[in-house]
Amino acid sequence: MSHLIIAPILLPILTAIIIMLPPVHYVPNRRRLVSIIATAIQLIISCFLLWETQQNGLTFYALGDWQPPFGIILVADTLSVVMVCLTTFLALAAICYGAAGEDVRGSFFHPLFHFQIMGINGAFLTGDLFNLFVFFEVLLIASYGLLIHAGGKNKTKAAVHYVVLNLTGSAVFLFSLAILYGALGTLNIADMALKVSTLPPEDVLLVKAGGLLLLIVFSLKAAILPLQFWLPDTYAAASPPVAALFAVMTKIGVYALLRVYTTIFGESAGPLAGLGMNWLWPFGLATIVLGAIGVMGSLDFRKVVANLVIVSVGTLVCLVAMQNTAATAAVLYYTVHSTLVTGALFLLADMIANQRGKAGDRLVSGRRVAQPVLLGSLFFAAAVTVAGLPPLSGFIGKLMILQAAVTPLQQALLWSVVLVSSLMVLIGLSRAGSILFWRVTGSESGGDKALPLQVFAVSLLLLASPMLVVFAGPLTELSVAAAVQLEDVSQTISTILLESSVSGGAQ
Amino acid sequence: METLLACCIGFLTACGVFLMLRGRTFPVAMGLTMLSYAVNLFLFSSGRLNLQGAAVLGMSENYADPLPQALVLTAIVIGFAMTAFLVILAIRARSDLGNDHVDGKLPDSDGRRKENGA
Repeated sequence: MSHLIIAPILLPILTAIIIMLPPVHYVPNRRRLVSIIATAIQLIISCFLLWETQQNGLTFYALGDWQPPFGIILVADTLSVVMVCLTTFLALAAICYGAAGEDVRGSFFHPLFHFQIMGINGAFLTGDLFNLFVFFEVLLIASYGLLIHAGGKNKTKAAVHYVVLNLTGSAVFLFSLAILYGALGTLNIADMALKVSTLPPEDVLLVKAGGLLLLIVFSLKAAILPLQFWLPDTYAAASPPVAALFAVMTKIGVYALLRVYTTIFGESAGPLAGLGMNWLWPFGLATIVLGAIGVMGSLDFRKVVANLVIVSVGTLVCLVAMQNTAATAAVLYYTVHSTLVTGALFLLADMIANQRGKAGDRLVSGRRVAQPVLLGSLFFAAAVTVAGLPPLSGFIGKLMILQAAVTPLQQALLWSVVLVSSLMVLIGLSRAGSILFWRVTGSESGGDKALPLQVFAVSLLLLASPMLVVFAGPLTELSVAAAVQLEDVSQTISTILLESSVSGGAQ
Repeated sequence: METLLACCIGFLTACGVFLMLRGRTFPVAMGLTMLSYAVNLFLFSSGRLNLQGAAVLGMSENYADPLPQALVLTAIVIGFAMTAFLVILAIRARSDLGNDHVDGKLPDSDGRRKENGA
């Protein structure tokens, strides 16, 4: 049993504690240095974990050596480890951006950031539903703190809504966990998959109720249509590096949907197979449309980006609802692409807003930006990526999405919605770009030039996009392998439950 | 016993949901507290209800499921911390926004909203 699996959870919490120690805490530059170096180490370790997962297939780590199904386990398969790598990479860029000055505008920026990374990594790696709840709460409480970082009226107002909504979500989550535990007698995801396949008929309705409640919770986290109204205000109010990290938060909801509804309510679940997917599909499509309308109608640039997050979530949810291997592979590729580019756009929005004087990021004519060529080309690259135009990664992502639709009905609906929404996103971004860069009053520019660290952070995220294109071959193979591994539920069950009963003797 | 507990949880949930739909932060915080009480009771009962059962082996003729007890402990701690945070946030919002309405705006007497309720 490799101890490496727990490193993505332990390292952030240790980093957070080190940053809070007096010798580091009182010197801003030391805080930054420790924070950036620790995140870089985490990135290296996550990549090594990914390599190891490729070699050994699915592995699990029993916390305290309590064997499943009794103890809590962490599961490392390709899907979860790729998500961990993605989070760490995004966090590295966001922390670099924050280290350029945003972090000293409030207290405890770096420790909270690392606690949130710990929560996110934990949510990806855990193999136990109650543990998933606990990690959700860890990442939420850190995100509450980060959301009101630097303070201000808008942030407080957004935070009240965000906290109340998420507390309600947690209550519903616990209700569904209690129902599922009462009916199945376990909360280990692999064991639940096993129990669901041999469920007595009188318990089917109970498990169905629990499963659908869980769908509501994950939809709230992912921000799918009736539960997405909190997202634009919250993300637009958050300070830029925080908003960039939040770009991965909605993807946790999508990941949880994928994990639970493929493993537990997958093909082997008998009468419960494909539970809730016929609900997810139309709502996913509607989310894309609503997000695209939001992109065209938003009055400031941060809200445009927040609506782009909603479009990407809608697309991912449609893919999850299709439940085939190609769709799951597309989910992985598109998640990586969309998270990185929306993260970059949140950072870019702040750089543009800083240079436009009073106009900020509102889409009205304002002062000329101080570095039109630099910011303009970054904006152009990000817009091309996010709208899904060739030659950058959005195009390959869109291609994989369109190919994933198999039945004529799916093709007709998905193709028309995705393509029309891409056009709307393109129009919205062209409008935003031309107002921000071209509709200027006066000749002098407002605000200071962007700091090198800020430019580095944004370029780091944007450079990932050509990399995703150059290595598209191996990466799609990786996505397909992850999808096959996720869908092979019987293999997961036998690895986790049978191996442990041999080695641990617990039965 | 089952009926009584079910009614109790149902009543708490109903009160919680009603209070959460109110317009000011104090009733909303109270509503969330009620809802978390209901959740804790519900979670506790997921290990089945029985009397005089011990959670430790060898202490009693009949056993209670220890896992829901552990789960409910975790849920209580988390719920308590979150509610405490919400209360602090609500006080902060009261001073930042000038009123205790969840939207930061007070509704007019004729139902329209106006800025800061001055």
